[in-house]
Amino acid sequence: MPNTKALAMREEREKRFTGAHALCAGCGTPIAVRAVLNAIEEPVVVVTATGCLEVATTRYPTTAWNVPWLHVAFENAAAVASGVESAYRVLRRRGRISKEIRVVAFAGDGGTYDIGLQALSGALERGHRFLYVCCDNEAYMNTGNQRSGATPFAAQTTTAPVGQESFGKIQRRKDLTEIVVAHRIPYVAQASIGDWYDLVTKVRKAVSQDGPSFINVMTSCPRGWGHDSSQTVKITRLAIETCFWPLFEVEDGRWRLTYIPEEKLPIEMWLRPQKRFAHLFEPQEQTELLREIQKQIDRDWERLLRRCEVSASASV
Amino acid sequence: MALKMLEREERTLLTGAEAAAHAMRQLRPAVVPVYPITPQTPIIETFAQFVADGLVDTEIINVESEHSAMSAAVGASCAGARVLTATSSQGLALMLEICYIASAMRCPIGMAVGSRALSGPINIHCDHSDSMMARDAGWIQIFCENAQEAYDLSVVGQRLAEDGRVLLPVMTIQDGFTITHSAEPVALLPDDAVAEFVGEYQALYPLLDTDHPTTQGPFALPDYYFEIKRQQVDAMANVGGVWSELQEEFAKLSGRYYRGVFEAYKLDDADYVYVILGATAGTAKVAIDRLRRQRKRVGLLKLWLFRPFPAREIAQALQGRKAVAILDRALSLGSWGPLYSEISAALNAISARPVLYNYIYGLGGRDIRPEQLMSIVNDLECEANADVQRFIGLRE
Repeated sequence: MPNTKALAMREEREKRFTGAHALCAGCGTPIAVRAVLNAIEEPVVVVTATGCLEVATTRYPTTAWNVPWLHVAFENAAAVASGVESAYRVLRRRGRISKEIRVVAFAGDGGTYDIGLQALSGALERGHRFLYVCCDNEAYMNTGNQRSGATPFAAQTTTAPVGQESFGKIQRRKDLTEIVVAHRIPYVAQASIGDWYDLVTKVRKAVSQDGPSFINVMTSCPRGWGHDSSQTVKITRLAIETCFWPLFEVEDGRWRLTYIPEEKLPIEMWLRPQKRFAHLFEPQEQTELLREIQKQIDRDWERLLRRCEVSASASV
Repeated sequence: MALKMLEREERTLLTGAEAAAHAMRQLRPAVVPVYPITPQTPIIETFAQFVADGLVDTEIINVESEHSAMSAAVGASCAGARVLTATSSQGLALMLEICYIASAMRCPIGMAVGSRALSGPINIHCDHSDSMMARDAGWIQIFCENAQEAYDLSVVGQRLAEDGRVLLPVMTIQDGFTITHSAEPVALLPDDAVAEFVGEYQALYPLLDTDHPTTQGPFALPDYYFEIKRQQVDAMANVGGVWSELQEEFAKLSGRYYRGVFEAYKLDDADYVYVILGATAGTAKVAIDRLRRQRKRVGLLKLWLFRPFPAREIAQALQGRKAVAILDRALSLGSWGPLYSEISAALNAISARPVLYNYIYGLGGRDIRPEQLMSIVNDLECEANADVQRFIGLRE
């Protein structure tokens, strides 16, 4: 069982990701990266897609990475990881490497839901043994908050702004986790920096699989979402409690909720503290839009519950 | 030159694609990402069969696109593996973003290119528009006339790419269909001889060395980007010297000597010179032989290396000639053909500058015959207007 002490000890033993990088105060991504890297016992090689994480941690000639780290481009983290993993397999077979090494890829939602989806799908289908972590902060934040396939309905971004004729994004977000599940890989999970214990447990399960694993981690962007940098973890926690971002895993096709809120909070509680949703409340409350958002969440939550029930009854 | 030596050796009937695949097998790559595209496909098919038959221990990655092929190639190369792949046309176009990164990251990836026209309109036949599109990507580019050259230069090219003074990716280019799908007798070296010639690939900073972690592919701002590009310039500048060294060594091994960075065919006393890349050089040799019988002093300069461009050597070879016909099998729309522009710039260094003519030929696989090449010399002899781009075999 992971605990904070064990994680802190691992970090003390080998500081895999150091501070003094240039990620914004309150950024959720480094929280995810530290948790993921500290959860893995074996030596790791990290592949990162272009994005905030890459730009802010590797300004030449400095680096925040104390583990082997590779960046090639925006849309290809999964393909690059395929290459690293294939090289590892063959060099191990040829006796050039003796260690057990884990390959982890980090990419944002733009680099995963959108431009990197094809590379991800291909790598999952081929069955490379690697963990892909999507740090999902729901828009292209490195370029300054543009709409992505992960941006939620009615959120305001610079490319789907609010105006006389617009209430922000008019489409629903893509359910990437479900798309990944359709690849029938050994392990898929949805996690959040709002629940480190859940995240760390999932990472351990993920890297123990002899095949591809995928974790979609919600990470907040205080600049893009419009909340105080001290509220990052709280905001992501609210996404869990409102069932906007349920925590679950799909192991060998069996769906399981890893956290069930005692009382499902109304979505307004997650929306209100974020400036990207301010237009839903001011100058006047957009009751119809709010009702629509709640309806979508309720429907998705019911669907997820049914899936998990079916899996539970099938495994009895 | 090379052909005389060959007659004494045992030769195997192989297509250019098969010859390239045999070179790949003998180079013992650790990783080969593959994605099909005409006319390159038989290269990766042949190689995949070698792996399936246990003739070489390689991880083939059946990627979902050429973009991922080159991405996986860079990942595997940085990890510490010898990586080879192959492509053509649209595939190279899709890879191109990552081709620039492969060279900047100094990944000595070897890639066989079966040259094919770029869309549009879509066309599967040979021209050099794909390779020319990639000419600024920081790769060594070697053009081959036939299957034997495709084999030999794949072997030498890989060692060249991996040489510590170079460390750049290399494209070994053979004309689509004309070479990739035509069978010719090819002399293969013994497996051990190639293994010994190229050695094991030892990456300087393999990513998989977890005891010595490195950050690869970082973000470089205006304070460092320029210096990093300069290192690529220096690496390119080293290619010519290393090429000559390796060719001498390869000649001892194979009896085939690729002397210099281009082949000079009946060039010594030539007043008129044709400059050509790839398979059409073979047709040009026939044309030149016939012209010589008519007592016309015509010769051929066939480039093996296009990148780095051997400007000094070419300028020396063309100095004092009356006229030069530069045959481009690609367009640079809105300008002269790519080869013409290079040669024109190269000749700035000499005083006795010949008149240069630019001929565009063979686009989208349009056939070119010896008679058409022979007629070029008439333009050169009568000092026709050199100020226009001319098209061979085009219906106007």
